[in-house]
Amino acid sequence: MTSAKLYPVRLYPPKPQKVYFFGTCLIDLFYPQAGLDGIRLLEREGIEVLYPQAQTCCGQPAYTSGYTDEARAVAAAQLGLFPEPWPIVVPSGSCGGMMRNHYPRLFADTEQAAQAEEVSGRIYELTEFLLHVCQLQLDDLGEPEKVVMHTSCSARREMGLAETGPALLARMGQVELVEQDRAAECCGFGGTFAVRHPEVSAAMVEDKTQAIEATGARHFVTSDCGCMMNIAGRFEHQDKAISGEHIASYLWRRTNS
Amino acid sequence: MSSTMDTDREPVQTFTPREFHRQAHDALGNPQIRANFRRAMDGLMTKRREVFSDWELETLRELGANIRLRALAKLPDLLEQLEANCQANGIKVHWAEDGDEACRIIRQICERHEAKAVIKGKSMVTEEMHLNAHLEAAGIEALESDLGEYLVQLNQQTPSHIIMPAIHLNTDEISEIMHDKTGTERTRDVDIMTAAARAQLRERFMAADVGISGVNFAVAETGTLCLVENEGNGRMTTTVPPVHIAVTGIEKVVEHLRDVAPLYALLTRSATGQHVTTYFNMIGSPRKSGERDGPREVHLVLVDSGRSNIYQDDELLDTLRCIRCGACMNHCPVYTRVGGHTYGTTYPGPIGSILMPHMMGLEETKDLPTASSLCGACGEVCPVKIPIPDLLVRLRREAVGEGRGNVPGAGVKRSKKEVAAWKGFQWLATHPGVWRSSTALAGKLQALMPAKMGPWTDYRTLPKPAKVSLHKLVERHQADQARAEEEQS
Repeated sequence: MTSAKLYPVRLYPPKPQKVYFFGTCLIDLFYPQAGLDGIRLLEREGIEVLYPQAQTCCGQPAYTSGYTDEARAVAAAQLGLFPEPWPIVVPSGSCGGMMRNHYPRLFADTEQAAQAEEVSGRIYELTEFLLHVCQLQLDDLGEPEKVVMHTSCSARREMGLAETGPALLARMGQVELVEQDRAAECCGFGGTFAVRHPEVSAAMVEDKTQAIEATGARHFVTSDCGCMMNIAGRFEHQDKAISGEHIASYLWRRTNS
Repeated sequence: MSSTMDTDREPVQTFTPREFHRQAHDALGNPQIRANFRRAMDGLMTKRREVFSDWELETLRELGANIRLRALAKLPDLLEQLEANCQANGIKVHWAEDGDEACRIIRQICERHEAKAVIKGKSMVTEEMHLNAHLEAAGIEALESDLGEYLVQLNQQTPSHIIMPAIHLNTDEISEIMHDKTGTERTRDVDIMTAAARAQLRERFMAADVGISGVNFAVAETGTLCLVENEGNGRMTTTVPPVHIAVTGIEKVVEHLRDVAPLYALLTRSATGQHVTTYFNMIGSPRKSGERDGPREVHLVLVDSGRSNIYQDDELLDTLRCIRCGACMNHCPVYTRVGGHTYGTTYPGPIGSILMPHMMGLEETKDLPTASSLCGACGEVCPVKIPIPDLLVRLRREAVGEGRGNVPGAGVKRSKKEVAAWKGFQWLATHPGVWRSSTALAGKLQALMPAKMGPWTDYRTLPKPAKVSLHKLVERHQADQARAEEEQS
């Protein structure tokens, strides 16, 4: 589709023996199960997953708030965590986009410029890695159901990965993937945007939840926990019985015997 | 709209970027505004999609971006070349440091011709400088002839969109305005209303002493002024009155005549989803001897208004690539919900949020760069590939920074409290040992966390911090794996 053409086609390596996993702070704090499920999906493909215990946050919250120096310091603390040349898998288009696209800019003209370039070149978003590198085959053991995929704006536009999540779901035999109206429109999270402009953000998430609800699906999946926190939080606030799940958990849950 | 609108019409509203939050609140609570913008933006997005096949889009955008980059790289030289070639063609060229100076220049030209009535084509630059008010104060009446601008002027408003100034109004509202201000019969028939406006405007074209227009592309190598429009009012404005004054920002110059075609193709498709517009005007000179029509005098006013300041910064410079198509606002989920007036600026939406801080200063506009979820839709559709999200982040940085930059009002949002909060975040995220224990702590302390977290929880339930962090889960998982391996061996 359009977005894929906006970015240079990436050449994917063969499936490696090992990968690093950067879990992201949001998953660490709120949705650790999604992180663990992502790791288990990778391990099931015969990949050893290295999880540097010193990882914290990619620095994006500070970066998009204009606190570049603080963001750089936080990012610098992550750069040294991946010394071997293994791919770095990130279960988020937002953090992945930060590390892949913004780290080189952030460290340009610093001593760590080369290291930042090198690390950013090894960043893969989880669904991208599962689809293109693992060429994941999925044996769906779940009940037949309709599901909506919400692809984050950063996965869609910053990383050019509008299709990887849906492509994985299409390999699930019992899952009917239904499309929401205005699927490409932002859910209104935007990190600190939701806090700085709460009313505009609320109007956006209201429209997003209505679009998801209108599909008739009772479950949505996303590969970004920021969007999930926002969309699922809105559904829950309204006592709607529509639940959200990280795509890693969804895939793992339905294919794990 | 109810038919009682003329009796309970609200007084003229003024908008300011300082009040973005309040104005957004009002707009979000106004179902008419919400519906008008949603419908219009959905339509514009669909139209654009239909005329841009993927390969054309990428090829053209790449070309467009490069044309604009090249023009900006040579801007000082191209401006001199433009001036020389315009003058050789008989077009008088004026330079204005800011909007006030441009207004003065235009007023003086009008006064020299003892002009009492001015007819205007669509021009956002003249909106920037509040030209109409300036002329009126000098006893010169300026009438907008672009239909949207005409309606907005009748309604004593400002444009809510740079391409479709009256997009905030629906048919019923327009009917009321036409009835109220011009005595046109109330109707939902767009053709009747258009004909009524046309009849009124036609007389004014004939009577106007001076015509004032904008410029879409000013071609340096030929001294040609290009004007893109659909209604023909632009051609009338620039040909019927004896004097034509074209006004434009200094960034609108392009190097070659051949640069115009791709930019024009990008502009019309991005703006309104048209392959071509009904009119494309190329103004080369005043009326020459033997010619039967055209103005006796043509002036070009080149306005800086902060643009050369933007030009000094290698990153912010990209702002000046803009060809004013409005696609960024059409695709912006924030603009779509709050509408153009909420921004309180001449240029609303994403392009306004990266441009207006330079024109009005960050003191006035500090809430605009943050009024974006950085979803990237603007950058994705920009026909000249302006990295709008990156520039929004850059201006956020200027607003909270130490005020050393070139952007007026830099540092205005810097607060000790917020700096301390981000320093705290930095400290925590660079001390992994503390991070691990504090994220675990967050899980343990969740019972103590407030049930309400301000704006977030007014609309959403906040997820509970996990009892066990991912760091800990992975440790356990790895221990389980090691145990299983041991048992196997």
